[in-house]
Amino acid sequence: MVKLGGVAIQGYGGYIPRYRIKAEEIGRMWGQDKSGFPVAEKTVAGIDEDAATMAVEAARIALRRAGIDPRRIGAVYVGSESKPYAVKPTGTIVAEAIGASPTKLAADLEFACKAGSEAMAIIIGLIRSGQVEYGLAIGADTAQGRPGDALEYTAASGAAAFILGKTDHRAVAEIEAWSGYATDTPDFWRRPGDKYPMHTARFTGEPAYFKHIIGAVQSLLENDGYTLNEIDYVVFHQPNVKFPLAVAKYLKVGQEKVSPGLIANSVGNTYSACSLLGLVNVLDQAQPGQRILVASYGSGAGSDAFVLRVLDGILEKRDLAPKLAEFIENKIYIDYSTYLKLRDEILVR
Amino acid sequence: MRVPGYWRNMSFLYRLAGWKCVHCGAFHHYKPVVCRRCRSKEFAQVELPGSGRLIAYTVVRSPPKEFERCAPYAIGLIELEDGTKILSQLTDFKENELRDDIRVEAVFRRVRINGEQGIIEYGYKFRPALSQS
Ligand SMILES: [Zn+2]
Repeated sequence: MVKLGGVAIQGYGGYIPRYRIKAEEIGRMWGQDKSGFPVAEKTVAGIDEDAATMAVEAARIALRRAGIDPRRIGAVYVGSESKPYAVKPTGTIVAEAIGASPTKLAADLEFACKAGSEAMAIIIGLIRSGQVEYGLAIGADTAQGRPGDALEYTAASGAAAFILGKTDHRAVAEIEAWSGYATDTPDFWRRPGDKYPMHTARFTGEPAYFKHIIGAVQSLLENDGYTLNEIDYVVFHQPNVKFPLAVAKYLKVGQEKVSPGLIANSVGNTYSACSLLGLVNVLDQAQPGQRILVASYGSGAGSDAFVLRVLDGILEKRDLAPKLAEFIENKIYIDYSTYLKLRDEILVR
Repeated sequence: MRVPGYWRNMSFLYRLAGWKCVHCGAFHHYKPVVCRRCRSKEFAQVELPGSGRLIAYTVVRSPPKEFERCAPYAIGLIELEDGTKILSQLTDFKENELRDDIRVEAVFRRVRINGEQGIIEYGYKFRPALSQS
């Protein structure tokens, strides 16, 4: 737990691709029953999209809300496990595309689904130390599930971007506190050169997801003296619909505080963007003075938990760019064969 | 080797940014030594607006080899908000959405991929605008 203060979100943006595949359509391929899917449908990146292009779309929305000269952004950190180049930083591409080039720092971060929230934690430090004036933290992924694997129902695509800077009268939400919790837990991994991840099914819940999220959240609550009564919204990493609801139940948080940030059923698990897109959806509707608790989870494993307090700037900035709900509603359903084409599973010639 | 040409055009491909001749208004994708049209040496940096209207389009079903994975795709002639006309690939549309005069907006996409090992060329494409009003 670290009381932060002084650093705030100045602009935020969420982006998801337009294509959707229903879990039912995936299940049809593999003879699965029509009930009990982890999500109803998931996003699928277009054939010309990747983590870098989605990061740019989210960053442009964040920049429209922040309303700052992009050349004042000193760090662009993209968290992703599906970066387009093995060697060449995605952050440089994003910086050039939003007019922030030359920037000072632009490394890629990888920590499964929590690389985007870790980017936020690092940028908060850079701003507090005075190394950069503004920083851009992004989580972006085109997640891949092996055809037929359980992950295929949820592995989705999307990006969330946050421009952080010093708290002032134009800020959207101040980041009041943060806590991180990471251990060596082999629940999910991918070796170099492999296209699809491996996972240890019996590890996924208890010693991985629940232990790390609850560890990070409890240290925030206990050490920083917050009570859950002071929190208006909670957003947890959402690899499916069930897990975040189970954490909420364990922490005795009412479902009305979870629902506004729970988008997995219509989006899927967007990995590095996942909990951050939940936060975007909450910012799209929160009121000044309200508090938001966000906890990411990345396999391997770790969690970042933040407490944010929404500020007056939200009222003026929210409508300057499209809200996440507009992207969620603007969809094109595809069948399984189109899905394979978009996901690059068909060899052309 | 396409890398130098791609790199030199990056600010236009990524952001529709370029240089406008102060004297005759000619648009240059990157800063020239002298204006191609009037030989002036004075330029102002400009970014073209990222939205406009679709004037005409065609759907390509027999694409050149480098775009065959994207087929069928569409090419549109677009009039941007400042009156500039630009040719661009269109993306993220349902075929029944493509009509002349719909609002379109620029997005950032993979435009050309040079095999398994070459550079990924990013740039603008246009999609039907989220809001048609
Ligand atoms: Zn001229």
